[in-house]
Amino acid sequence: MKKRSLIPILYIAFLMLPIYWLVAMSFKTTNEILSGFSLFPQTFTLENYITIFTDPTWYWGYINSIIYVTINTVLSVCVALPAAYAFSRYRFLGDKQLFFWLLTNRMAPAAVFALPFFQLYSSIHLFDTYLAVALAHTLFNVPLAVWILEGFMRGIPKELDETAYVDGYSFPRFFVTIFLPNIKAGVGVAAFFCFMFSWVEMLLAKTLTAVEAKPIAAVMTRTASSAGYELGLLAAAGTLTIIPGAIVIWFVRNYIARGFAMGRV
Amino acid sequence: MRTENQKAWFFVLPVLALVAFNALVPMMTVVNYSVQETFGNNQFFWEGLGWFEQILRSDRFQAALGRQFLFTFLILLIEVPLGIIVALSMPRKGFWVPVCLVLMALPMLIPWNVVGSMWNIFTLPKIGLLGYFLNDVLGINYDMTQQPISAWITVIVMDVWHWTSLVVLLCYAGLVSIPDAYYQAAKIDGASPWSVFRYIQLPKMKTVLTIAVLLRFMDSFNIYTEPFVLTGGGPGNSTTLLSIDLVKIALGQFDLGPAAAMSLIYFAITLLVSWVFYTLMTKDDAQ
Repeated sequence: MKKRSLIPILYIAFLMLPIYWLVAMSFKTTNEILSGFSLFPQTFTLENYITIFTDPTWYWGYINSIIYVTINTVLSVCVALPAAYAFSRYRFLGDKQLFFWLLTNRMAPAAVFALPFFQLYSSIHLFDTYLAVALAHTLFNVPLAVWILEGFMRGIPKELDETAYVDGYSFPRFFVTIFLPNIKAGVGVAAFFCFMFSWVEMLLAKTLTAVEAKPIAAVMTRTASSAGYELGLLAAAGTLTIIPGAIVIWFVRNYIARGFAMGRV
Repeated sequence: MRTENQKAWFFVLPVLALVAFNALVPMMTVVNYSVQETFGNNQFFWEGLGWFEQILRSDRFQAALGRQFLFTFLILLIEVPLGIIVALSMPRKGFWVPVCLVLMALPMLIPWNVVGSMWNIFTLPKIGLLGYFLNDVLGINYDMTQQPISAWITVIVMDVWHWTSLVVLLCYAGLVSIPDAYYQAAKIDGASPWSVFRYIQLPKMKTVLTIAVLLRFMDSFNIYTEPFVLTGGGPGNSTTLLSIDLVKIALGQFDLGPAAAMSLIYFAITLLVSWVFYTLMTKDDAQ
């Protein structure tokens, strides 16, 4: 039994090493970083973090990212809910083809869409707004949300719907007061995945913004190239991008295993 | 089980409208560019299938495609077995389970450009933890910016670090759904660990494993940000994967026609391979 737990421990250690290095770097001074190797920060400094929290271009990068990620998550889950219900409960003309077509959008390389997206959102005057990024990210998040929610909804017996109708519930009332609480876990997991993929995607987010809605990634690349070699600052900014994800994942930790199976086990 | 109801289309309508707007309009733009030649000034000339022919014949595209297939093949070859092994050795219940799951999922929640920067900092020759360890402690000559082999190994290890947890979590979800009675029955029959894996655990993981392979294929085949930030496609062209090459042509050289034709070929390949996986997966569902 002892030997078996060695594998996960080694694996997690492997995962944590680069993260440790990023965090360690963020507490070092630029001098220390460039002067050579040190496993722990010798002169522990919060300078890098202070810069980020006092410079509006830095902290607005985070706020912008969080805003469009939130809009995207709410939007994706809201439109995916009725669609997933339809796929899990009814057969209709072209349902299989439609489902596959939705999934194909998960397969399109973001690099393919970068330039057309820029032109599309410029032409409808949404360029450099939160809405543009949030809408663009629905391309891959909505299909995923439909897929996950459909898996969870299939696990709810159809008798639940029928009983509710016999009891005189209208569809909207049934859906909100009876059905939704039953697939709470599924909604949580779908929202988690939407948050995750919107938060980590940077190519489209960078392409669709200039100043007003600039995501943290764009601020980081600009700093990396213009301000010379400020590794400590870059490391601190990177460390801060891990935190929102870590908070969100802690909330859904008990559903993770099932959620990753898209409810299909 | 499901009833026939054409009104269900109304439920699907919002999704359809949103995704169609995001998918069809840009896709038509790409198709439009792929058959035309432009010299700027918004003047376009009909080019037919010329770009497609040119791209398919070009050594550059073939080399990038070859690298892309090699990369995806190695990724699947390493991540899928490793993911299964880690999932099998995880505890089934107890205090450590959520802690393990959260720690394992952490790399997936880091923005992709940060993943690239993080590995860049990690592997710097003199000052990075890995770079220092390999060069100065083990005496291995390792420099990602000079040696193609080092660059390849780093990009692959980075992706293993980033995405193996997806396979672990999917397989783990399959494993915890196996009732204890199955294992007890296997114990009574005196089944070896291998037969337990082959006849109980593997069949239960089959569905989730197909999802894992499908997702890993799609995402590793479309990978862009992480290797771009880490190596920039270099040294030389050694780690220029398909997406990196595409962006170079489209935004670097602004050759819209060839870039669009290349996008469509790229998308068609991804679609074809994914479709094969998808049909296999739904076939399993039906059984």
